[in-house]
Amino acid sequence: MITTDICIIGAGPVGLFAVFEAGLLKMRCHLIDALPQVGGQLSEIYPQKPIYDIPGYPEVKAQTLVDNLMDQIAPFKPGFTLGERVEALEKQDDGSYVITTNEGTAVQCQVVVIAGGLGCFEPRKPEITNLEQFEGKGVAYMVKNPELFRDRRVVLAGGGDSALDWTIFLADIAQEVTLIHRSDSFRGAPDSAEKVVELARQGRIKLLLQSNITSIHGNGHLKEVSVTAKDKSVQILAADHLIPLFGLTPKLGPIADWGLHIDKSAISVNTVDYSTNVERIYAIGDINTYPGKLKLILCGFHEAALMCQSAFHYVYPNQKLSFKYTTVNGVPTF
Amino acid sequence: MITFTIEDRDGTRQALEIPEGINLSLMEVLKASDYNILATCGGMALCATCHVQVLEGLEALPPAQDTELDMLDTLPNADSDSRLACQIRVNESLEGAIFAIRGEDQ
Repeated sequence: MITTDICIIGAGPVGLFAVFEAGLLKMRCHLIDALPQVGGQLSEIYPQKPIYDIPGYPEVKAQTLVDNLMDQIAPFKPGFTLGERVEALEKQDDGSYVITTNEGTAVQCQVVVIAGGLGCFEPRKPEITNLEQFEGKGVAYMVKNPELFRDRRVVLAGGGDSALDWTIFLADIAQEVTLIHRSDSFRGAPDSAEKVVELARQGRIKLLLQSNITSIHGNGHLKEVSVTAKDKSVQILAADHLIPLFGLTPKLGPIADWGLHIDKSAISVNTVDYSTNVERIYAIGDINTYPGKLKLILCGFHEAALMCQSAFHYVYPNQKLSFKYTTVNGVPTF
Repeated sequence: MITFTIEDRDGTRQALEIPEGINLSLMEVLKASDYNILATCGGMALCATCHVQVLEGLEALPPAQDTELDMLDTLPNADSDSRLACQIRVNESLEGAIFAIRGEDQ
């Protein structure tokens, strides 16, 4: 088990800066992020976009800011668990918490800081009433092991790169592949779109355009998919697997079940120290809400600083905190 | 003033009057008017939770750019009259338009 003072959920810019503020107060941090790299939205979605409202930087590229933050926190040697999603939170008798990820990594800490930004990115699901009943029983939102589909009847839905790429890949593996797309054109890579159309022309896959899946059926496992075309005609396809590929959408994920006060998909906090309604759990950055909240990186930095002053009392309950500027102390490491 | 109509998820319609020359997106106007939309990404066309269907006036709107079209294409329930409210600037092109809110609620 990993032990630390503060476990930070989310390794975006605000989570990273919280490591620095914690380090100044001699508190150790461990960060967990569902993405495989640090930087959150900045690295994942817009690494090359310039940001203009970071003090001292007239303009800074998102990835440069992340890289600089990593340099800034390096002296404090934080721990990282990347590519794993936080699942469970368990309070211990001494007041500390144990956080467990979907991969079984456990982190014991005195304080939990949620810096999850937009939240976890989860698969966007089509509006099919009984879809969730068939999850793991024929319905999957990603292809982890293509061999699972060998000699099976597979229906894919979507029009982006994932849907196109997996249709092409599975055409050589599956017994039967059908791609269903609501439009009559694809936004994915033109080369991939051409390949899919060619596969359909050769009769190696079935391509249903201007169509949507409207219902699915089965008895314990998926058996049939009902498809409605734009002209309202309906056809039933025999299917062992359905793979809807409609991209990702941000959700709070398991954090929503931790007893925190949630207001419009954000965590309500006390602006004195950005604490939540649950003792020893704080929320900073875009994931929190309070009157006057501005979703700005620089606001998240401010929140991180105040949060650490408060968290100190849980990490060092017998010590008095005296505030000092970095110009006085420099950056004292452990 | 620019006047357009919003149809909420329950089918109720309300006309909104917005002064000309304000630099707001339709998403920002909807949030300011207390409509229940997530708009999680804050207007970057990244989450599609401000998805609207243009029931009337689609042809008068500036065409969607690639970023918006890419995101719309990930939506299982999008149609040819779908737009992202965060990518629509509120100006004279919205006069008389009718938008139905389609994105996830909060």
